[in-house]
Amino acid sequence: MTGRRVALLSGALVLLVVVAVVGVGIGAHHVPVVEVVRALLDHNGSPDHVVVRDVRAPRALLAVGAGAALAVAGVLIQVLMRNPLAEPGVLGVTAGAGFAITAGSALGLAASPAGELGAAVAGAVIATLLVYSVGRRSPLRLVLTGVALTAVLSGLSLGLRLLLPDVFDRYRFWSVGSLAGREQAPNTVPLLVIAVAVACALLLARQLDAVELGETVAQTLGVNVHRVRLAALVLITVLSGAATAIAGPILFVGLMVPHLARRFAGSSVPWLTAFAAVLGPVLLLVADIGSRVLLPTGEVPVAIVTAFLGGPVLIWAVRRHGAVAAA
Amino acid sequence: MTARLTARELTLRYGDRVVSARLTLDVPDGAFTAIVGPNACGKSTLLRAFVRLLKPADGQVTLDDRDVTAYPTKALARSLGFLPQDPVAPEDIRVRQLVARGRFPHQSLLSTWSAADEDAVTAAMEAAGVEDLADRPVHQLSGGQRQRTWIAVVLAQDTPYLLLDEPTSFLDITHQYQLLELLGGLRDQGRTVIAVLHDINQACRYADHLVAMKEGRIVAEGAAADIVDAVLLKEVFELPCVVVPDPVTGTPMVVPLPGASS
Amino acid sequence: MSALVLRGGPVSVRVERRTVVLTAVLLTLIAGVGLLGLSYGATWSSPAKVFDALSGGRGGVVIREWRLPRVAAALLFGAALGIAGAIFQNITRNPMGSPDIIGLDAGAYTGALVAITVLSGTSVQLAVGSVLGGAVAAAAVYLLSLGGGLSGLRLVVIGIAVNAILMALNSWIVLRADLEVAIAAVGWSAGSLNGVDWSDVRLPFGIIGLLLVAMVVRSQALHQDALGTELAVTTGVGVDRLRLQLVVIGVGLTATVTAVAGPIAFIALAAPQIGRRLAKAPGVPLLPAALTGALLLQGADLVAQMLLAPVSLPVGVVTTAIGGCYLIWLLTKEVRRP
Repeated sequence: MTGRRVALLSGALVLLVVVAVVGVGIGAHHVPVVEVVRALLDHNGSPDHVVVRDVRAPRALLAVGAGAALAVAGVLIQVLMRNPLAEPGVLGVTAGAGFAITAGSALGLAASPAGELGAAVAGAVIATLLVYSVGRRSPLRLVLTGVALTAVLSGLSLGLRLLLPDVFDRYRFWSVGSLAGREQAPNTVPLLVIAVAVACALLLARQLDAVELGETVAQTLGVNVHRVRLAALVLITVLSGAATAIAGPILFVGLMVPHLARRFAGSSVPWLTAFAAVLGPVLLLVADIGSRVLLPTGEVPVAIVTAFLGGPVLIWAVRRHGAVAAA
Repeated sequence: MTARLTARELTLRYGDRVVSARLTLDVPDGAFTAIVGPNACGKSTLLRAFVRLLKPADGQVTLDDRDVTAYPTKALARSLGFLPQDPVAPEDIRVRQLVARGRFPHQSLLSTWSAADEDAVTAAMEAAGVEDLADRPVHQLSGGQRQRTWIAVVLAQDTPYLLLDEPTSFLDITHQYQLLELLGGLRDQGRTVIAVLHDINQACRYADHLVAMKEGRIVAEGAAADIVDAVLLKEVFELPCVVVPDPVTGTPMVVPLPGASS
Repeated sequence: MSALVLRGGPVSVRVERRTVVLTAVLLTLIAGVGLLGLSYGATWSSPAKVFDALSGGRGGVVIREWRLPRVAAALLFGAALGIAGAIFQNITRNPMGSPDIIGLDAGAYTGALVAITVLSGTSVQLAVGSVLGGAVAAAAVYLLSLGGGLSGLRLVVIGIAVNAILMALNSWIVLRADLEVAIAAVGWSAGSLNGVDWSDVRLPFGIIGLLLVAMVVRSQALHQDALGTELAVTTGVGVDRLRLQLVVIGVGLTATVTAVAGPIAFIALAAPQIGRRLAKAPGVPLLPAALTGALLLQGADLVAQMLLAPVSLPVGVVTTAIGGCYLIWLLTKEVRRP
C-alpha cells in the first residue's frame, strides 16, 4: 500500500514539473519547451528567456504556492470539520481574507506584502470563526453560511472599489481571483509562509488522523485534541490568507483537490496532505493555462476556470456525501 | 352489509417491489374497519392506494362503482378524508388556521370562508376537543394535542369516509383510547372509518370489521370475535398466544405466551 | 387572533386583522419611498412638483419619462422577485430555496447574455433568452437533486454549485464579448435599474402582470400544498400540475426581471421571509412577500443612487450586502430545521 502511494506521489511530482514547464511556454507569446528549460538553467538574456524568467516562471511559482496552500487548507478544513463539503473558498474564508486586504488598502494599512498578508490572515480568522460558529451544526448549513458571507463581503468590496477607483485599479483582476499581473508584486513573504505552513500541516497530519476518529478515541490515543484543532485552525487561516494575498479569492480548489487526492491516499491524513500539496499546484497551473488560452485576446481570471471545474465537483460531492452527512 | 368503497384485484408496487398482488377488499359502509398486520405488510400502502396517493399497477379502487382515478381531485377530496402517519404543519400556523385548511375541497377562488366553512371548522374542533386551543400555535402543542388537531383537520373536510394511518402512534395510552372513542363516535354518526392500527387489542375492541394482512395479502377479515384466535395470531404475527375475552367488552383479547421471541 | 370576514352572495373571504394593518402600513411606506424616488435625482423636486408632473403639468418630463419608469420598475420588479422567492421557498419548503440562491437568476442572465452577444439583443430576444436560461437552470437543479427530493438543504447546495458554474460562464461570456457589449453587461451583471425607461419596461410589465394574475388564481392551492404532498393531494390539490405551473410562474417572473435589470440578488430570498415574520402568517404568504419585495427594491435603489452620488451604484450591490447579512442572521435563527 505504501509502495503504491510512494509511486503515485512520485508520478504526481513528475506531472507537476511537466505541467509547470509546459505551462510556462504557453501564452500570448509561445516559447518552445526546450527554450523554457534553457532559460531556467542557462539564461542568455534573449527576449524569450527574459519572458520566461521574469514573467512566466514567477507566475508559475505563484500558482504552485497558491494551489498548494488552498489544497492543503481544504484537506485540513475537511478533516477538522468532518465535512466533505468544507472548503476555504466555499466557506467564505478566502472572501474574508480578500475583503480584509481591500479594506486594509482603503485605510492604507496593507501597502506592503507583509501588511497584505497580515490583513488577509486576520480577515481569514474572523471569517472562519463567524462561519464556524453559525454553521457548525450541519455540513450543508456551513456551506450556506459561507456563501452568504462571501456574498456580503464581495458586495462590500465592490462598493469600496467603486468608491476609490484609482487605489483599486491594481486589484481589478486580483479581486475576482487571478494570477495575472501578480508576478510583478514581491511575493517572497507569502510564498515562504506557505512553504512553512505546508510543512507544519504535514507534521500535524498524523495527529489529525486520530482526531478524525472522534474526540474520545483521539484522547485515549494520547492526542491533545484541543491543541491539535487549534493548530489546524491556525494553519487553515494562514494558508487561505496567504493564497488570497497572492491570487485573490479562488473558489473550489480546496474542495476539488482533497476529493481527488482521496482516491490515491485513501483515508490517511498524512498521505492526503502530501498528495494535496502536489495536486493542488497541478490543478491551479492547469487552470492558469486555461485562463490564458480560453480567450482569443486577454485573460480569463483563473477563479472563473476553477469555478467551471469545481462546481460539478461540489454537485458530485453533495450527491455522494451530502444526504448522509446532513442526516 | 353494503360497500361503496372497494379494492378490486389491486396490484401495488413501489418501483419494482410488489407490495400487494391482486388484492380485493370491500369496505363495509358506516362501519369502523381496522387494518392490522406486522410491520411492512402493506397496510399503509393499501390505505394510500384508496386515497389515490399511490397509483395501482393493476386493478382499481372504486367509490360508488366508479374508479377513484376518474374523479376530479376536489370531488374525491369531498368524499375521502385521509390522515397520514406523520403530517407536518406549516411554520407558525395556529390551530384554527390549520383546521380551516381542511375546508379546501369545499372552497373556490371567490369563496374562501363561507358560513358553512366556519360551522364545519367549529364543529370539527369541538368534536376533536381542541376548541380551547384554537389560537395556539400548532408547534407549541403536546403530541396528543397536535394529533387531535390533525384529526380536526380531517373532520373539517367533512367527508363520509375517514382513512387514518396509525393515528394512535406517538400518543400515550390515555390519548390513544380517547382517540379511539372519538373514532367510534364518528362511526355512530354514520361515517365510515378505516384505520391502520398497531395494537391488536384496541382493534378488536373498537373495530366492527377487522382486516388482518401479511406480506401484502389479506389473511382474514370479519368481526373480531369471528376471526381472532391463536391460530390467526400465529399465522399473521408469528406470535404464540392465548386469546381470552376482554373482561370489559367481551371482545377477543390477545395475551402473548412466554418465550414469544423464539 | 381577530379576523375580518366578508361575505356577500357567492363571495366570502376571511382576512387576519394583522394582515390588513400590515398591508396598509406597507402600502403607505411604498408610497413614501416611491415619492422619494420621484423627488430624488440630479435636482431635488418637491413633492408638490412631483404631483404636478404626474398630473401632466408642464416641465415634468424628467419626472414622468426618467424617474417614474425607474420607480415603477423597482416596485413591480421587487414585487415580482418577492413572489418568485415565495413560490420557490414554498415548493422546496426551505427559506433558502429561493431563485437567486439556486442559480435561476444566473441562468436567466446567461440566456440574456447569449441573446445580446449571439443575436441582436432586442427586448423580445432578451425576454425569451432569459426565460429559457432560467428554465434550463431550474431543470438542471431539479434533475441533479433527484433522489434527494425537492426539499432540503441538498437541493440548495446543488443550486449553489449550479449558480457558481453559471456565474463563471457569465463572466467568460462578458470577457469574450465586444467592448461596448461588455461595458453594458458589466454594469448590468450586478443587477441595476440605471437608465431604465418606458420602452424597456412596457413588455416586461405586461408579462409580470399576467403572471401575477395566474399566481392569484393558484395561491390557495399553493398554501394548501404547504401541508405536505399527502394532505395536499387528499384535500384536493393536483400537486404535480400545481408545482409545474408554479415553477413556470416563478421562472417567468425571475427571468423577466433579469432580462431588464440583470440578476438582482437576495430580494427573492429576503422579502418572503421578512414578509412572513411581519405578517406572523403560516407558511410563506404571497402578499406580504410582494409588498416587502417592492419596498426593499425601491429602498435599495434609492440607497444605491444616494450612497456615492452622483455615481449610481448597481442596485444589486446594495441588495447583496443587505440580503447576505439577512441570510446569515436567518441561519443563526434557524435552529429547528435540520
